[in-house]
Amino acid sequence: MALSTSFRSNLIKPLTALTALSSTQHLRRPFSSSVDDSTALTIETSVPFVGHKCEPPSRNVETTSKELLGFFHDMALMRRMEIASDSLYKSKLIRGFCHLYDGQEAVAVGMEAAITKKDCIITAYRDHCIYLGRGGTLVECFSELMGRQAGCSKGKGGSMHFYKKDSGFYGGHGIVGAQVPLGCGLAFAQKYSKDETVTFAMYGDGAANQGQLFEALNMAALLDLPAIFVCENNHYGMGTAEWRAAKSPSYYKRGDYVPGLKVDGMDAFAVKQACRFAKEHALKNGPIILEMDTYRYHGHSMSDPGSTYRTRDEISGVRQERDPIERIRKLILSHELSTEAELKNIEKKIRSEVDDAIAQAKESSMPDPSELFTNVYVKGFGIEVAGADRKEVRGVLP
Amino acid sequence: MAAIFQGIGAAAALPSTEKFHSQSRRFVSARKGSLFVVRSDGRPSLGSSPRSRGAQHLITNAVAAKADASATSTASKPGHELLLFEALREGLEEEMDRDPRVCVMGEDVGHYGGSYKVTKGLATKYGDLRVLDTPIAENSFTGMGIGAAMTGLRPIIEGMNMGFLLLAFNQISNNCGMLHYTSGGQFKIPVVIRGPGGVGRQLGAEHSQRLESYFQSIPGIQMVACSTPYNAKGLMKAAIRSENPVILFEHVLLYNLKERIPDEEYVLSLEEAEMVRPGEHVTILTYSRMRYHVMQAAKTLVNKGYDPEVIDIRSLKPFDLYTIGNSVKKTHRVLIVEECMRTGGIGASLTAAITENFIDYLDAPIVCLSSQDVPTPYAGTLEEWTVVQPAQIVTAVEQLCQ
Repeated sequence: MALSTSFRSNLIKPLTALTALSSTQHLRRPFSSSVDDSTALTIETSVPFVGHKCEPPSRNVETTSKELLGFFHDMALMRRMEIASDSLYKSKLIRGFCHLYDGQEAVAVGMEAAITKKDCIITAYRDHCIYLGRGGTLVECFSELMGRQAGCSKGKGGSMHFYKKDSGFYGGHGIVGAQVPLGCGLAFAQKYSKDETVTFAMYGDGAANQGQLFEALNMAALLDLPAIFVCENNHYGMGTAEWRAAKSPSYYKRGDYVPGLKVDGMDAFAVKQACRFAKEHALKNGPIILEMDTYRYHGHSMSDPGSTYRTRDEISGVRQERDPIERIRKLILSHELSTEAELKNIEKKIRSEVDDAIAQAKESSMPDPSELFTNVYVKGFGIEVAGADRKEVRGVLP
Repeated sequence: MAAIFQGIGAAAALPSTEKFHSQSRRFVSARKGSLFVVRSDGRPSLGSSPRSRGAQHLITNAVAAKADASATSTASKPGHELLLFEALREGLEEEMDRDPRVCVMGEDVGHYGGSYKVTKGLATKYGDLRVLDTPIAENSFTGMGIGAAMTGLRPIIEGMNMGFLLLAFNQISNNCGMLHYTSGGQFKIPVVIRGPGGVGRQLGAEHSQRLESYFQSIPGIQMVACSTPYNAKGLMKAAIRSENPVILFEHVLLYNLKERIPDEEYVLSLEEAEMVRPGEHVTILTYSRMRYHVMQAAKTLVNKGYDPEVIDIRSLKPFDLYTIGNSVKKTHRVLIVEECMRTGGIGASLTAAITENFIDYLDAPIVCLSSQDVPTPYAGTLEEWTVVQPAQIVTAVEQLCQ
């Protein structure tokens, strides 16, 4: 990919004596150097954007070295968390449904880079990494997955119901497509309060065939709501490939009168550019659809091996050619912002961070039986309620 | 107080000029600005300012009020007369004035003024965004209202007919009811979902549905049913102010009920039942339109020497077991009269609740009169037979009190 190399002199300012050396080992500045944090870079996206009823943004993305390294760290953290969740599920500490996001990290990370915490994100059940991106902690994640009190929803939500109100993360929804009208409502409230913020309502290629999506598109366009509809197209709706479920798999065009943009969802910078563009568009002109062309390595959920409807070659092919973390790693190395060894170090640190969080989450307590009846209503009625046998668990609806 | 019932399209089932006595209202005149929550047993409970007990006078309505007695109380009680849909609108307007976050969304609520005129004039006053005309997309505009509520707005979602809200069942059940719980208390959903339901005048099966029975198991929501202009306005205001999602069930045939309601601001309690007529022999529990059938039957019963206690339960979820229980303890016999279907209806749950809690006080099994488990037919006579009629109520009481 094309690189802009005009910044070289900035990089090696403290080591002017060694400018003559061409070997790379001695010239690398340490990973955590604060001198060149805001070194400006321009990265070109992997493929150009394709627009529907709109002018696609430029392929060149402005970024900084700090952001680039941040992307690597965040995506590696998300990847590690999902892999750890996989093993936790297999050791039966996580039960029920567990939908993993590995492979799609670039969407979460790129989106965060383009928006603020006042903008709202709402997504479906593949929400662990988006929660992390919105500022959630690993301990809260793992505790919720294991059903502990310390979880982000006090253990009462589970994998599909992560929420973080103070950073505008509205979940976390189990029913396919139902979150899109909710997203419309968030955008409605933003327009009502004249916030100058936007909502990203995310859904998958499977949900793109839901009627309520088109109802929501119609309303959003009619009312000029600042809603951005993000289709995370990982090409499979559980076991059904997109060409078997949709007559028109160009999800970015499905909005018809709503403009759309097709984005390479494995390229965090493309995602960032698209989200920034979409935010500007939505605030001025109303809704827009972003189709993120992405891929999930795991199956639909932990009960799905993921190989009955696609070949292992396909999965490993994508992993080799389009993996989002590898792309960032190559970018970092070619811009000489860090070394292989340092990046490996970061990954090792992340691994231990995740292991610590899991250990902490394992220690935390299960919810108290009285929690069965809390948060049913906001205001209490003092109604007596009881568990099934009417003896063991009793409480008052608080 | 006289409430004149005017049925829509004067069909034969009920005479069009029946006088009913709504005898449950206890008034407390308020000083400016303070707010009263009126309890069904007449004890006023002051919502926000316990100090202003000064100039109160309680008007209690007599049990078997004759026409002249009600005339006197009318004269001494200023207020204003209006129809039930106007009372709903008044409550809505007062709340929209009071809190800028309150907004309305539904089909034809804005420019058209609402298919039952409940939102007439509001769009010109508050604007098109605040009184939003939605496309015919119940699932998504209910979802939109719930999403807006998650951020702090207080939408009132109108279903043009309650039956249409079946299309929004997923949003109401999963998102509206459960989000407070599954988010560990992070999000409140202060929506009000309202609309007319119930059996009308030959509206056909799909437009005569009683959704109380379908929604009653959803955890996290509250359900109330209004039956008079007085309680319609009070419940509307209470529902809007409640932090919980509330489903307010109105009835198609009750919109033109006329009643005199107080000028002062009042908010009723969402979880309270209303004592319509105190009595000694039998407790009749009812709600919504069946209240009027019961009161008509009550006149016949009084003439025959029975003294029924009639309670309009108003709160369908949760039940006001306090009021109901006190009544059961007094009379020891219960008759439930409802418009819901027999299977899995409100009456069925109420029967179970009363049996579980008050079995020792019952002298006879609880009798539950509900609508037939059939789709409501179009033909007038058939439709009459699907719903409980006053004659059946009289027979049931006579049998119960043997």
